[in-house]
Amino acid sequence: MKFIDEFRDRELVQNLARRLGQLAWGPATLMEVCGTHTMAAARFGLKTLLPPPVKLISGPGCPVCVTAQEDLDAFLALGRQPHIILASFGDMLRVPGTHTSLERTRAQGADVRVVYSPLDAVDLAKQETAKTVVFFGVGFETTMPATAMAIKLAAAEGLDNFLVFCVHKTMPAALRALLAGGEVRVSGLLLPGHVTTIIGAQAYDFISQEFGVPGAVAGFEPVDMLLGIESLLRQISQGQVFIDNVYPRAVQAQPNPRAQKLLSEVFAPDDAQWRGLGQIPGSGVKIQERYAAFDARARFPEIWAELAPPPPSPCRCGEILRGVLTPKQCPQFDKGCNPSQPLGPCMVSSEGACAAAFRYER
Amino acid sequence: MIFEGGGQGPMAPDPSLNNHHKGDHMERVLLSHGAGGREMVALIERVFLAKYRAPGFTGDDSAILNFGSQALAFTTDSFVVDPIFFPGGDIGRLAVAGTVNDLLTAGARPLALSASFIIEEGFKIATLTAIAASMRQAADEGRVAIVTGDTKVVPKGAADKLFITTAGLGAILKPGVSGAAAVAGDKIILTGSVGDHGTAVMLARENLLQGEAIISDVAPLTELVLALLEAGCEIHAMRDPTRGGIAAALNEIARQSQVSLEIDEARIPVKPGVTAACEALGLEVFQVANEGKMLIFVAPEDAARALDLVKANPYGREARLIGEVKASPPGRVQVRTTIGTARILDMPSGELLPRIC
Repeated sequence: MKFIDEFRDRELVQNLARRLGQLAWGPATLMEVCGTHTMAAARFGLKTLLPPPVKLISGPGCPVCVTAQEDLDAFLALGRQPHIILASFGDMLRVPGTHTSLERTRAQGADVRVVYSPLDAVDLAKQETAKTVVFFGVGFETTMPATAMAIKLAAAEGLDNFLVFCVHKTMPAALRALLAGGEVRVSGLLLPGHVTTIIGAQAYDFISQEFGVPGAVAGFEPVDMLLGIESLLRQISQGQVFIDNVYPRAVQAQPNPRAQKLLSEVFAPDDAQWRGLGQIPGSGVKIQERYAAFDARARFPEIWAELAPPPPSPCRCGEILRGVLTPKQCPQFDKGCNPSQPLGPCMVSSEGACAAAFRYER
Repeated sequence: MIFEGGGQGPMAPDPSLNNHHKGDHMERVLLSHGAGGREMVALIERVFLAKYRAPGFTGDDSAILNFGSQALAFTTDSFVVDPIFFPGGDIGRLAVAGTVNDLLTAGARPLALSASFIIEEGFKIATLTAIAASMRQAADEGRVAIVTGDTKVVPKGAADKLFITTAGLGAILKPGVSGAAAVAGDKIILTGSVGDHGTAVMLARENLLQGEAIISDVAPLTELVLALLEAGCEIHAMRDPTRGGIAAALNEIARQSQVSLEIDEARIPVKPGVTAACEALGLEVFQVANEGKMLIFVAPEDAARALDLVKANPYGREARLIGEVKASPPGRVQVRTTIGTARILDMPSGELLPRIC
């Protein structure tokens, strides 16, 4: 298949792996920020191609995983309101909330629908006029434009039964918090290709300029990822640090102007709560006042008023998301926690680091 | 109290939700229990096998019954696919092919099927007639007769359109063919491309990727398998990789036989449209259902002959040797990826695609 097979070419991959061996002459800890990178690395066994001193660890880039427990609890509580349909990406279904999950609450009678796009949720609202559809807006800049589009579409059609519970998050602010925290010494960041198609590679300039850490924006096929790793190792060995774009077939330095216009029209910057990282200023968005009629928080303020903070849990997803712990170092991995009985999101999200390790690397 | 009860009709919220936000202690059946992966295995072990595990239970798709010198294979399967018509087939063809193929995995010649129908009030008789015709055609193709059945009609909303249960009897031609009988050295034949059925049904249901011509592979493989058995090929194990895809089927055999499987990813055929759909939907194609494919474990000395026989059948033209059986570590399926690395192929978990068969 075009644009896939070329980037899974065995010979090209093996040549790149040899080049990495020549470039790596010291220990390096590289973080793949994005959950899609985590899954691709595991599925293709990329770690086995890296020279021994180079470690690849996962970061806070799995959107389902970084969704705060209290936000999931709030969404589940919304489902207990009468005449509500919860619409969510399928990835969220099995993530355990404090008392239940979307999958379990559905088995108990809540109306939970899986959608592939926020626009499907708008269609659902048009069909189910006696009910109110609440879409769970999770994800980074990649999925935000589709949510913005859904809100605009619902407004244009005059729908009064479509709401968004917006917990979208922005990547650069989280990376700043992670680097400033200094908990993990990262030698380089493999940056997410699809987020960068929206925000432009220049959004990461602060990483090299302020923190002196190299970055490479990479795609999601093995060749793309190895090119990114090669760039990081080359920058480290040459002592020249910048944000490289090895995914030029999709990513530019500048943001996508159409997406940016749409985002600024519908959303405004806001603080956001992250699982594992806590509250990060400016790392999320809220729905603009003019679209408040589509904001679930504005429609159901009592849900948030009654919400209790989640109790302590043996789940160590927070540390996994900060790169402090690898999945196999977690004492619960494949013991108290597995994909059938997950303690936290990293074990069930299709982009979760623990799910990747469980599925491909045990 | 957030929840106020109320709600009318079939979609009304379950009153147990009242307690639920204080913590639910009532375990319930989830859609993931029906997905053919870890959860389903656990549910069957815990609920059904705990109560009626029969002597000689193997975990294969068919039970083996011995009557004097004659051994019979016996199996049953229910079909709830949505939509009931999809590119390449319908629920009727599926109901025949699924049960016929389960008989074949026991090394049996299919003899007879039963067919039971649960029909929702208001279902069109013309549609039912079309499905019956499709079943007859599939049964003829599968060289089996539908000899008994049952018909139930339930009020509107008590079932979704049509559910079909078939059971099948077959005469064992080669005793000992079982998922527990693969041995080190065996070669693994896959009879064609993977993921066709699951993606075809999924795309039809969700109205996705309309331009892609993805057609279900649903077919009874009687002639393909009987050719191998009648030629005396040393077949040890067979499995039709339905729900959970080849990932589930290979893991089941690795566990049952306590062997290790090594699979070469580059040798597994996947149609371009199926690859595109799986990439777009984030599905692992090895976990997607097939309904007209067989995984065949054959002794190495017969592998080339068996492959030729499979390829001579219209449903086996794309057949390949995809890997082999090693002694250890037992229960593990390892894949050599297209880029030359190695990784685990795990038993699927979670709700993949509901109502795919």
